[in-house]
Amino acid sequence: MFEHYLSLFIRAVFVENLALAFFLGMCTFLAISKKVETALGLGIAVVVILTLTVPINNLVLHNFLDEGALAWTGIAALESVDLRFLGLMCYIGLIAAAVQILEMVLDKYVPALYNALGVFLPLITVNCAILGGSLFMVERNYDFGESVVFGFGGGVGWALAIVLLAAIREKLKYSDVPHGLRGLGIVFLITGLMSLGFMSFAGVQL
Amino acid sequence: MSEQKPREVLLAPIFANNPIALQILGICSALAITTKMSTTVTMCIAVIFVLTFSNFFVSLIRNIIPSNIRIIVQMTIITALVILVDQVLQAFAFQLSRELSVFVGLIITNCIVMGRAEAFAMQNPPVISAIDGFGNALGYSIVLLIVGFCRELFGSGSVFGVQVMPLSTEGGWYVANGLMLLPPSAFFIIAGFIWVLRTFRVEQLEKEEFEIGPNTRVSPAF
Repeated sequence: MFEHYLSLFIRAVFVENLALAFFLGMCTFLAISKKVETALGLGIAVVVILTLTVPINNLVLHNFLDEGALAWTGIAALESVDLRFLGLMCYIGLIAAAVQILEMVLDKYVPALYNALGVFLPLITVNCAILGGSLFMVERNYDFGESVVFGFGGGVGWALAIVLLAAIREKLKYSDVPHGLRGLGIVFLITGLMSLGFMSFAGVQL
Repeated sequence: MSEQKPREVLLAPIFANNPIALQILGICSALAITTKMSTTVTMCIAVIFVLTFSNFFVSLIRNIIPSNIRIIVQMTIITALVILVDQVLQAFAFQLSRELSVFVGLIITNCIVMGRAEAFAMQNPPVISAIDGFGNALGYSIVLLIVGFCRELFGSGSVFGVQVMPLSTEGGWYVANGLMLLPPSAFFIIAGFIWVLRTFRVEQLEKEEFEIGPNTRVSPAF
């Protein structure tokens, strides 16, 4: 059992890295990776939110939306109801709510972390990596335990990728890049090379 | 803002203010589904539909949305449109919708849609907003189509699944470039697109944070 979870975690972090293999959360990935510090703050926020929302959405899917999931209410008319078409709206609503609640909780109890994360928390609602995590969970039929591990692993993988990119970009300031490629162009090239690097993990199996 | 001409609003996002190359919006879904032309075209049509109508509807009710809950209202409109696209795809093109997997749902968080609703539709009347949405979706589609065309042509020697260059594995002359089917190639192609675009349109270059001064040291390096 433990090995199964460990293998899932390693796969989520390295082999199926949300940023570098599925291009999720690319907009923030490219826009907010100029400094290692801010990249790290954003990365931590993504880990927290993914670890929370993927399992919550898993519960919602299996207790409310799935075909026959409403059987626990005991009402005969609800037993064969299939609400999966409402999935997208539920997931995004839950994510927005989770982000909002986390923001308030952090503000009240851990102000230091709240100030460190700053504007990144609200931004995370529209980060595709978060919604993508939940959608992959649905598509691959993870159970509750697996979805916790997958959420955490996916977040760690994304954070790792953005911190690495930020570190490379800080060094890159002093290099002489061709004019047309400066800025966005060279960042795309670097991300492509990093993505190639992460592909070497493809054969890893535990 | 009412003096904006429809023609300019429609054409500006295609090259002058391209959403992917200049505004860094909507890159997420641009890359993962471009290995084949058929999925690329489906994605383009879906985005054009969602962006045009979301801009139209958001603009229609822009004056009655309370400003502190506008994000949620916009999100609900966009999500409803995306669910529509998703259901239609599952009903009429099940195979394609399997291949696109989660990326249809991810149109919701595609930053272009939110970005245009927030930046344009909230301040402009419905028709011009719809045109702006259409133009931006076209700019997005052009980049996607170029990337998809390169990747399918060089990666598997075909366009829309029709074999153009016979593969060496099937007795032809073209040795398929496997890299093109892998995720990193999309980054390289977009980087190339940006390079070409910025070579011809110098005003799009990002401002330098500093200049590298000329080498003034007179002594030899070693």
